[in-house]
Amino acid sequence: MEEIVKKEEPRELSQLREVFRRLSKRITALIGLIIVIIFLVSAILAPLLSPHDPIEHSLVHKLANPSWDYPLGRDELGRCILSRIIYGARISLLIGVMVISIGVLVGVPLGVISAYYGGKVDFIVQRFVDTMLAFPGILLALTLIAMLGVGLANVMIAVGVSTIPIYARLARSSVLAIKARQFVEASKSIGASNSRIILRHLIPNSLSPIIVQSTLHMATAILWAAGLGFLGLGVNPPTPEWGAMLNGGRLYIRVASHVATFPGLMIFITVLGFNLLGDGLRDALDPRLKT
Amino acid sequence: MTGQYIIRRLLIMIPVLMGVSLIIFTMVRVIPGDPGIIMAGPHATKDQVDQIRAQLGLDRHPVAQYMIFVGNLFRADLGTSTRTGLPVTQEIMARFPNTLLLALASILIATALGVLTGIIAGVKQNSKFDYLSMLIALFGLSMPVFWLGLMLMLFFSIKLEWLPAVGADSFWHLILPAITLGANSTAIIARMTRSSMLEVIRLDYIRTAKAKGLTEKLVISRHALKNALIPVVTVIGLQTGTLLGGAVLTEIVFAWPGIGRLLVEAILARDYPVVQGVVMVVATMFILVNLIVDILYSYLDPRIRYQ
Repeated sequence: MEEIVKKEEPRELSQLREVFRRLSKRITALIGLIIVIIFLVSAILAPLLSPHDPIEHSLVHKLANPSWDYPLGRDELGRCILSRIIYGARISLLIGVMVISIGVLVGVPLGVISAYYGGKVDFIVQRFVDTMLAFPGILLALTLIAMLGVGLANVMIAVGVSTIPIYARLARSSVLAIKARQFVEASKSIGASNSRIILRHLIPNSLSPIIVQSTLHMATAILWAAGLGFLGLGVNPPTPEWGAMLNGGRLYIRVASHVATFPGLMIFITVLGFNLLGDGLRDALDPRLKT
Repeated sequence: MTGQYIIRRLLIMIPVLMGVSLIIFTMVRVIPGDPGIIMAGPHATKDQVDQIRAQLGLDRHPVAQYMIFVGNLFRADLGTSTRTGLPVTQEIMARFPNTLLLALASILIATALGVLTGIIAGVKQNSKFDYLSMLIALFGLSMPVFWLGLMLMLFFSIKLEWLPAVGADSFWHLILPAITLGANSTAIIARMTRSSMLEVIRLDYIRTAKAKGLTEKLVISRHALKNALIPVVTVIGLQTGTLLGGAVLTEIVFAWPGIGRLLVEAILARDYPVVQGVVMVVATMFILVNLIVDILYSYLDPRIRYQ
């Protein structure tokens, strides 16, 4: 057993290298990767990168146009928009990571169990999934916000929970395909336990669609969370969140359009980055899906 | 066979609708506090609270409460808004046609533009048009609806003064919100049409049609398109449902008086009967649209029925 495990490692490493090689061949995927890296760096190094305090306001300078000192101008309370956007990356990153964690940690086991055991378990889990999918788009998240109340933590829970059915479906269909393969049969016939089969065979082998989905979901999570922020259901002011910033600037669109333009542009570029990377990853991880 | 398929699909709908109603039923009851006081609103008198408590059957077993709730749903009784004091059904009916109009206009734009782009991109795979249109489609997928709406408003209403910015008084008011709401679906439909087209034109019967000397135009329009559009129909149907729920952000941007805006106003004012009502109506519509799509799909692709 030890030997087999040792032999597997270099193969996995070379697989990773192969995926990266295929990824780097596509210019769009590379652009996506660069955008994502810039986003991550801004989020992590926000205090070092931002030129001003994102919360410090100055009403005399409210809605000031972009200048050398304030490259993206100032918002409705005279705060530095660039600094707020850089700090806003932190909130978006936090939301994205939390949302996907909730979706994956609840959805994947649900889908795997549903597919592996089949029968009644499958039926019940699938009707539960159907029910959640009966709320189109952002509606389930809105319903949950109505229940939980407004706030950043609740936004993360609401968006996270609404991604559970998508991961459950995805994991189920991957596992159904893998379950029928010979190595699972073989494992069963030498007496491996259910939990061993699930943890050692089914989950690792269904990971690549889940990785792709998670990357694409980062995009959706950021988009939805910003949407909820825009509706005034997210963070409390003065926390710099992109959706809320856009909402603040919306009222001044006639006199100072830059206040609403830049946060939205940031959401757009970040989401585009994750979408480009996700598309690229899908092609790199599973060439069969390439269209 | 088709009849059986439709019955099976209808039967699956029942547990889903029950699940949705259960979620909505539980909604008010898991919020800390007395559901009677929550439903009656902050300014209600004791009599009003008592009346609501009786109406909800709060002193009874939860199962009995749920029965009362479902019974009310069947009689289209969704309760009374705590903000306006009007019946929720009336509030929704006043706004629903606006959302429906917006969603239909959006899906029309998205279908026309999306299918056409997808076909050309698929037929001319790896051409400049293909790359450019798919890049724009990806932009469409990544664009926050509310930002796109604001930018369109900034450009076409404020800078150029071509179209009205907010409201729903005329046909011209519909254009910007419909484009905004439809952008995302256009991208999804275009991508789907393209990949479906690519799949179909690789099949043997297309090669046969080409081999017997038909022109490319004829092969595409008479042979490929029919099969390529089957999955696209599903996507269009699903998008129609999604747009009903997705109209929330667009309606807020353009002050469009639909149920999406009603929902957000209700959430912010903690007007739970209205929240419950809107969610129930949209979810039911979405389930119905899905059902229609599935049935339509089984007509278009007979293989589905025999699974």
